[in-house]
Amino acid sequence: MAEMNLLQAVNTALDAAMAADERVICLGEDVGGFGGVFRATSHLQEKYGRERCFNTPLTEQGIAGFAIGLAAQGKVPVAEIQFADYIFPAFDQIVNEAAKFRYRTGNQFDVAGLTIRAPYGGGIAGGLYHSQSPEAYFCHTPGLKVVVPSGPRQAKGLLTAAIRDPNPVLFFEPKRLYRAAVGEVPDEEYTLPLGEAELVREGEDITLLGWGAQMEYLLKAADLAAAEEGIACEVIDLRTLLPWDRDRVAASVRKTGRLLIAHEAPRTGGYAGEISASIQETCFLHLEAPIARVTGLDTPFPLANEKEYMTDQWKILDAIKASLNY
Amino acid sequence: MKHSKRSVHRPQFISGSELPIPTLEILRADGSLYEGAEEPELSRDLAVRIYRTMIFTRILDERMTSAQRQGRLSFYLTCAGEEAAVAGSVAAFDPGDMIMGQYREQAALRFRGFSARQFMTQLLSTRNDLGKGRQMPVHYGTRELNFMTISSPLATQIPQAAGYAYGQRLDAGKAGGGASHCTLCYYGDGAASEGDFHAGMNMAAVLKCPVVFFCRNNGYAISTPTAEQYAGDGIASRGVGYGMQTIRVDGNDLLAVYAASVAARRIAVESFEPVLIEAMSYRLGAHSTSDDPSGYRSREEEDRWREMDPIARMRLWLYARDWWSEGEEKAALESYRGEVLSELKAEEKEPKPPLAALVEDVYDTPPWHLREQIEALSEHVRRHAEHYPAGKGV
Ligand SMILES: Cc1ncc(C[n+]2csc(CCOP(=O)(O)OP(=O)(O)O)c2C)c(N)n1
Repeated sequence: MAEMNLLQAVNTALDAAMAADERVICLGEDVGGFGGVFRATSHLQEKYGRERCFNTPLTEQGIAGFAIGLAAQGKVPVAEIQFADYIFPAFDQIVNEAAKFRYRTGNQFDVAGLTIRAPYGGGIAGGLYHSQSPEAYFCHTPGLKVVVPSGPRQAKGLLTAAIRDPNPVLFFEPKRLYRAAVGEVPDEEYTLPLGEAELVREGEDITLLGWGAQMEYLLKAADLAAAEEGIACEVIDLRTLLPWDRDRVAASVRKTGRLLIAHEAPRTGGYAGEISASIQETCFLHLEAPIARVTGLDTPFPLANEKEYMTDQWKILDAIKASLNY
Repeated sequence: MKHSKRSVHRPQFISGSELPIPTLEILRADGSLYEGAEEPELSRDLAVRIYRTMIFTRILDERMTSAQRQGRLSFYLTCAGEEAAVAGSVAAFDPGDMIMGQYREQAALRFRGFSARQFMTQLLSTRNDLGKGRQMPVHYGTRELNFMTISSPLATQIPQAAGYAYGQRLDAGKAGGGASHCTLCYYGDGAASEGDFHAGMNMAAVLKCPVVFFCRNNGYAISTPTAEQYAGDGIASRGVGYGMQTIRVDGNDLLAVYAASVAARRIAVESFEPVLIEAMSYRLGAHSTSDDPSGYRSREEEDRWREMDPIARMRLWLYARDWWSEGEEKAALESYRGEVLSELKAEEKEPKPPLAALVEDVYDTPPWHLREQIEALSEHVRRHAEHYPAGKGV
């Protein structure tokens, strides 16, 4: 075990993957000698050479397309998109190409080795274009897996699993927590299974569900709810959004009778909507209150009023109380 | 910083037409060689194989276009007029080289051994289709022949080809010396306006990928003529801008296409660099069976190009060398017509892929939600069999 932050956990996972399998290749804008603008790929070029860890020209659609070609050829590319806000030039390559590669070729070709990493989320004074949470766009795409770690231990285990998974995986890293989230991480290589949610805290009164940077706020809100009103929250980290662990969530909701889902992304068309619909289908008679959503507003991400905009523990706490008092 | 260092001391602009790119021409329309032209080394066997590929492709295209009109398939798209560009280029490559095409390159598949029957399985989306009946007609692909399955979104294969070739280069690095394999990437003059084109070309050049980008400049993107597609000196001028070795050839001249392709492949594998070939040709047919060109171009224009038919030109060259005879021509045409029609007929009897295959290959294995969904769908189809074609089998 070693104490490290989320960024170091990502770096450690990449390092171990490159050491274990020479097909693993890291590419993206500034990821070479510089190690990436957040330093997620620090020292990888030094250790594994310029051929396996390199800068690309500044073209997200090119990075995604290039990585798809590499994966189709049998390599295991881990492509970095510098900010999730800049993944949209690559949208076509991800949605029309990577996601459909195996299907459209009748399983003759695939991009099994492909992982695309991107820092996402707000809370860093990034405004419109350094704060977005675009996960829902990709959750609407059959063929992709979408994974979001909430801390260092999850980051290392999930990224290792994503790199080894025989499907294209989008890996969204909560950049607000890159240095802020620090925790114990096992030294050896390990994986956390994709598609499995993590039960973070048990409770009887309400289920709180989130992923990535929201987990910190959900836990703080759970503490406050317990302290102020003696409410026992069950807290679940979804970890993989596509395909998501409906059974785990449904089992919890059948027990608590209440569900609150939090995400930073705008409300309309957000992933909480999909989860609500599914849970309402599977747990209708167990629900004692409407499923609560605590989300961003349906606006671009703001700069000046970021604190007010963020889905924090205070908004979650309010929603918990509203659900309990319904 | 990487740019040329020559300076001037007054504003001096360079126009788009100041660096004209010449066109390699070896074979005249009458089958003779241009004066001073260097004939590429091409054995009789290979020449005949290329020619057979070209006439098979022409016949396949004619027959399938009429089969589409008869309602036997939903869609078709011909290579007509560009057979020399495609067959002449693929012939210069190794069977182990990956081909990533656009959709008008059936001649390349045929050259590598794709059978008439295999074409039919895809065109009719039967259960024998390697692509499992999932894509519209002409989206062929075969791993065995190193032909990447075609994808409809234009130009997406261009950055992918760069990445694929980079992977080939890494494999070669281990063996030492040049790359043993490279990638051949086809695309049209219209596709070259997509962002992916620029992204892919630039990445291939910067990252030194052994890939040959082969532009089929056939004058049109559906109805849009090249004059409304770009303002520069064709597509070739861009290769120069990206810093890659570039050549323009007469795409209806088999010998010019072949000579350029042999040299391009050598550059790609020996010095790990991309090469751009622009083949000037003409799409003799409609864009596809859904298109009618009479609305945007003249009969006279088409006739002018028909006189420069690449197949006729190569045939005259073969005749002149006594490598091919009228008798062989007649026999080959007859046998290909018979083959295409009988294989079409035979494959028409084959069933569609099973309903369950709908959720296969979305992921390596279907996750829970896909299993649930296919179960619900199968149950629905079973209960309402009379409303669905698949119901007949249940
Ligand atoms: C991204 C995208 N935009 C539009 C289309 C529709 N489309 C299909 S073929 C075509 C024209 C392509 O022209 P060109 O690249 O010159 O190739 P050609 O058909 O002439 O061989 C268009 C616009 C498409 N398939 N993909």
